[in-house]
Amino acid sequence: MTTATAIETKNALEVRNLNFFYGKFQGLKNINMNIAERKVTAFIGPSGCGKSTLLRTLNRMYSLYPGQRAEGEINFYGQNILDPKQDLNLLRARIGMVFQKPTPFPMSIFDNIAFGVKLYENLSKSEMEDRVEWALTKAALWNEVKDKLHQSGLSLSGGQQQRLCIARSVAVKPSVLLLDEPTSALDPISTGKVEELVHELKNDYTIAIVTHNMQQAARCSDFTAYMYLGELIEFGATEQIFFKPQRTETEDYITGRFG
Amino acid sequence: MTDKHLSSQFDAELSNISTRVLEMGGMVESQLRQSVYAMHHLSIETADQVLEIEQSVNRLEVEIDHDITSTMSRRQPTARDLRLLVGVSRVIVNLERAGDEASRIARMTKSFIEAGAPRALPVNDLAEGAQHAADLMHKTLDAFARLDVQASLAIIEEDERLDAEYEGFVRKLITYMMEDPRTISTCLNLLFLAKAVERVGDHAKNIAEATIYVVKGADVRHKTAAQRESAVQ
Repeated sequence: MTTATAIETKNALEVRNLNFFYGKFQGLKNINMNIAERKVTAFIGPSGCGKSTLLRTLNRMYSLYPGQRAEGEINFYGQNILDPKQDLNLLRARIGMVFQKPTPFPMSIFDNIAFGVKLYENLSKSEMEDRVEWALTKAALWNEVKDKLHQSGLSLSGGQQQRLCIARSVAVKPSVLLLDEPTSALDPISTGKVEELVHELKNDYTIAIVTHNMQQAARCSDFTAYMYLGELIEFGATEQIFFKPQRTETEDYITGRFG
Repeated sequence: MTDKHLSSQFDAELSNISTRVLEMGGMVESQLRQSVYAMHHLSIETADQVLEIEQSVNRLEVEIDHDITSTMSRRQPTARDLRLLVGVSRVIVNLERAGDEASRIARMTKSFIEAGAPRALPVNDLAEGAQHAADLMHKTLDAFARLDVQASLAIIEEDERLDAEYEGFVRKLITYMMEDPRTISTCLNLLFLAKAVERVGDHAKNIAEATIYVVKGADVRHKTAAQRESAVQ
């Protein structure tokens, strides 16, 4: 049986003694974990357990809100991203994020992709066209939209919009993708496509995914973290977590004995 | 550890499956005891009872199998629920086969009696071994019901002693046959009976291994005693 310790992998992110506060409320309590490079790491746990909070610390999305602060270290290939001197735009280009509800910009499909790229790179028209095609292909959307690149991104179905958002994140060539419940607003077929995409993308990217759907974590992740009340209860190889977890709390949650 | 799921229907399904497995185990146990009795006391009536129970055992195996598939497809069980259902699936296969061995013993006993050669069968040694196997089946079902890992480990060891008894018995038969070739036909019949008894012990051992799998998630099949011990730590 594979276990978390048996696999030799490089870490993309190393979380050390991480505490997070919403004002006076402590949302994360002394989290220590590694996010392995080019693997899928899933976060599961009941509502309010801190899984989305943790994901949002990984690219400092929380910095948008006053009164929220993180203590500890998150080392991204050795560099502590919680350092106040960290350039946040650069960070978010390297660690992209996709949200629960698809959030296409109110512009054409082409511009949805090109918009982010223009912020970081100066590409010629043909280079940009290549990049858009590349990103849409990566997100398994190219064949469905190649004849309507200049239609609005909002004209796509929910599942297509979500893959457009994934393409937009991929377009700036990040090294990590953070997915915050990316399929909770999608139907089963679109969900299946996004899961398949996650599987494809991990060849090139490190992926962290928050999901309410435990079977989704079981299907598409290599490692699973179970969180409860702001604490990391158990973290290990997905197969081990779903077959024989070490902690009773984890077992109660994943077998539906929680509550 | 809380034992209740959010879904009480799921609890009911698992509890129903467990109850029926134990019911099936009870039937196979009585098949075994009766087949030993029939062999020892040359009773056609008891042998017929063993064959009668076989129908119910077969029916239960199919029904429980159906319940397991149904629960798996609708509930997508994980962790200990998953291990329990996979374990039960292994247990019922072994129970049904142990029942088949009991029926085999009953059928052979009947054919000896009907052939009019009962006096020629010195079954005392064999009856002792058969009792041993039936006891082992009783213990393994008990350990499964209580999810007792230590008892299951002991059963696996005990099956090895039963296997050694079988080998000793076979050597004894060979000696008889060499000394007096007129005993060959009787000895071959005894050998088939002994093989059936030995197989019952193997099924009891397989059930003990399934119990360890359910509790510990460790697969101890084809492992040495030392490997089994370290797997359940």
